[in-house]
Amino acid sequence: MNSNWEIVIGLEIHAQLATKSKIFSGASTAYGGEPNTQACLVDLGYPGTLPVLNQQAIEMAIRFGLAVDAEISSRSVFARKNYFYPDLPKGYQISQLDLPIVVGGNMSILDGDGNEKIIGITRAHLEEDAGKSVHEGLDGLSGIDLNRAGTPLLEIVSEPEMSSAREAVAYMRKIHSIVRYLEISDGNMQEGSFRCDANVSIKRFDQKELGTRAELKNLNSFKFIEKAINHEVMRQIEIIEDGGEVKQETRLYDSDLDETRPMRSKEEANDYRYFPDPDLLPVIIDETYIADIKKTLPELPNAKQQRFIETYNLKVSDAQILTTTKQLADFYEAVEKIANTESQISANWVIGDYTAALNRDDLEIKDAKLSAADLAGLLNKIADQTISGKIAKEVFEAMWDGEGSAEEIIESKGLVQITDDSEIETIIDQVIENNPSQLAEYLSGKDRLFGFFVGQVMKETKGKANPQKVNEILKNKLT
Amino acid sequence: MIIKEIQNMTLCALKQGMKDKDFTSLEITEVLLSRINGLGATLNAFITVTAEQAIKEAKDADKLIATGKDKPLLGLPIAHKDLFCTDGVLTSCASKMLHNFIPPYDASVVKNLKASGAIMLGKTNMDEFAMGSSNETSYYGPVKNPWNLDLSPGGSSGGSATAVAACLVPAATGTDTGGSIRQPAALTGITGIKPTYGRVSRFGMIAFASSLDQGGVFTRSVEDAALLLGEMAGFDENDSTSVDVPVPDYLGGINQPVKGLKIGLVRQHFDAGLDDDNAIAVKEALDVLKDQGAVIIDIDLPNIELSVPTYYVVASAECSSNLSRYDGVRFGYRAENYKDLNEFYCKTRGEGFGAEVKRRIMTGTYVLSAGYYDAYYLKAQKVRQLISQDFKKAFEKVDLIAGPTTPSPAFSLGAKMDDPIEMYLNDIYTIGANLAGLPGMSIPCGFVNGLPVGLQLVGKHFGEESLLQCGHHYQQATDWHLQIPEQFK
Repeated sequence: MNSNWEIVIGLEIHAQLATKSKIFSGASTAYGGEPNTQACLVDLGYPGTLPVLNQQAIEMAIRFGLAVDAEISSRSVFARKNYFYPDLPKGYQISQLDLPIVVGGNMSILDGDGNEKIIGITRAHLEEDAGKSVHEGLDGLSGIDLNRAGTPLLEIVSEPEMSSAREAVAYMRKIHSIVRYLEISDGNMQEGSFRCDANVSIKRFDQKELGTRAELKNLNSFKFIEKAINHEVMRQIEIIEDGGEVKQETRLYDSDLDETRPMRSKEEANDYRYFPDPDLLPVIIDETYIADIKKTLPELPNAKQQRFIETYNLKVSDAQILTTTKQLADFYEAVEKIANTESQISANWVIGDYTAALNRDDLEIKDAKLSAADLAGLLNKIADQTISGKIAKEVFEAMWDGEGSAEEIIESKGLVQITDDSEIETIIDQVIENNPSQLAEYLSGKDRLFGFFVGQVMKETKGKANPQKVNEILKNKLT
Repeated sequence: MIIKEIQNMTLCALKQGMKDKDFTSLEITEVLLSRINGLGATLNAFITVTAEQAIKEAKDADKLIATGKDKPLLGLPIAHKDLFCTDGVLTSCASKMLHNFIPPYDASVVKNLKASGAIMLGKTNMDEFAMGSSNETSYYGPVKNPWNLDLSPGGSSGGSATAVAACLVPAATGTDTGGSIRQPAALTGITGIKPTYGRVSRFGMIAFASSLDQGGVFTRSVEDAALLLGEMAGFDENDSTSVDVPVPDYLGGINQPVKGLKIGLVRQHFDAGLDDDNAIAVKEALDVLKDQGAVIIDIDLPNIELSVPTYYVVASAECSSNLSRYDGVRFGYRAENYKDLNEFYCKTRGEGFGAEVKRRIMTGTYVLSAGYYDAYYLKAQKVRQLISQDFKKAFEKVDLIAGPTTPSPAFSLGAKMDDPIEMYLNDIYTIGANLAGLPGMSIPCGFVNGLPVGLQLVGKHFGEESLLQCGHHYQQATDWHLQIPEQFK
């Protein structure tokens, strides 16, 4: 990227809240129902119906606010955002404008150089989602599915303080992690439960004021966010370097073509005619309520990461990976508690083989058959030298496939490590005897043939020989 | 008891009559249905008459009565303004936009009254979406005033008022956003009460202006109003603006003496806008109350003259948003020929809404627009606060505020249709109570040129009891409320 330019990015993240029912009605928020089966009269905007605020949504918004050190407004107000669209049943969206429930806050991320950087959070407000238009399979007509209408969203608005696409992704990942820790959103990006709009502008390094921004809409994967922002930055640089001007507009990212294209310009922008919704009273939140919620907050990723480094003596990068989700962190701690291996070895297994297996089978931790106790059982077989780390990988795969416990598999496959000195010695003698030319070469100074002999011994024992002992005895024999 | 007199009776009298076995609910229902479809048809008070359903419900009520069952309104017939949603029965809001709208649910008011045993005879005509003061904006045509068929009954609840005044039904529901119960009650010579904002659930009551709308009743006596209001009022978890305050026994407490009651008379209400004869009728009414021991105190509402412009900014703003849902997508009227989405909206709304509704949507859209919001909507909200404070201050000195309900008696149909400002000024005395969320009631207090005029009483928040007590004592001493238009006797 051109080094004359400073990139300025702000994100508006929409996190769907994991409430059972909608923000202003009793209809279910479950994903994937038949069209319009999860929309009650309120969601359909039927004449005479009125919204009633879901208290759970308020509680979740407060949890988020507390987690990012924000101020919780003692009085917040719902407002109507008026515009016509077929998937917006009332002709207005209930949102918050002047008095949002969460004000301020901040989030630390690692910048491009691996240093901590604080990104300011401007505000987070509650609003209802719209339904969606369906254009496929209706013989050229358009259908409306209002299942999603009224689903609670928390819109989290950042300050324009990110200066690269990578930082934007790091920030979004962090928010993603937080909302899942708090259990206020499932964060499912494929289902659209977690998505963002990015405001992107560029300016010369010596320039004080911000450049004209373009808003990129509906970015719903970490990969697309990075690509879309990078693409948009290049587009803006080209425009300005060619002597043009960036227009303030809303642009849509097309992941198939890897390009952004205009949706509407500032001139065409709606006048939303916001005003306080007279059907809803202001939300009054008292200190005690906030204090009660505060008591229920879980340990958050940053604190947990720090504790993992201090308690388990883990590498910073490993502690960070393990604390990405609460589930993974909990799983690690459960393994660590039972396993007699070093904490770092346990971490290697959780981050390595275990996570790889989850990814390979596209499973969540809760859906995997292999439990933390199972994995710890395997690690204990390494710790007591029953098997080597290498054999353990074979046992792990068998355990993953449901063939039994570590003990059972080691038993049935005869994988117990050979640790008996005399037994190893016999095999080593055999190997030396069978390879006289290699022995001669080694003795004449070809040291790297040592590995050859180790390999032969392991081959003979099908990998079961204790590698340390093999090394030890072999070294004695060959001098 | 002669069956012919059933139509003139109050709810309380009908209830007693059924109890005494003078007549049955079915007999009452049949008498009234025949009046609605016969003598009353020229009034155009009803949009829908639910005869079959009413007869069935009356028979069921009679069975219950026979087994000794009692409910506060068991077997008593009423009518609902056509903006209360009624399960399976057309609810049109007197608009082409909803000419085919059959709700799948009952409004809370309808549900409450049904649960108390009331029988619905039909749905009454009104101004389109309750926007109007003469009942002339209805898609179903104007309602006529039973005192003179060339005159307007007022609006927007003109059908309900006329139905009660012409003895087609003993009571009817209405809604009042700026005077839509009290003004037609005054112009047709009956009792009409709009309770405190939040006293009656708005759930299922099709919205005009959410922060001002409030359901209420039309009856032939204050006593009946107390009975009916007690049954329809109360907290509703489906309406966030309804207030969780227990409903007192309005009827049981109605005989509380008015001795020592302090009644405020608003100086600003007796300025040049008020008809002389109307002013005299109101002053005479106050003399009656004075004789009963009430104390009359002059008060000021310094900002009350700003109530009409304030109201038309706030109400229009809210309605412009509330009526956005009528887009032809999910229910109601839908235009037939359109080439794109924009034209679909323009034609559906252009054809579905009448002129007055469009005027208010335009006004409301304008006052909420970027660049105008502060000057209009925000300013109006501030003035609204001032007006509320004026009332609050006044109520430190008095228990009730009294004055005229309207500046003059009923006007001719068509007289004000070309002059919206003149029409809006008809609500000059009633709008204040809506802006401040206070209960208001109009009771008949005399005649000017053979036409009824009303005395308006405005109370403190949740002060319905003192309104009803005061009105009841007044009706004990007078017979204005017993007058029935000659043609409908």
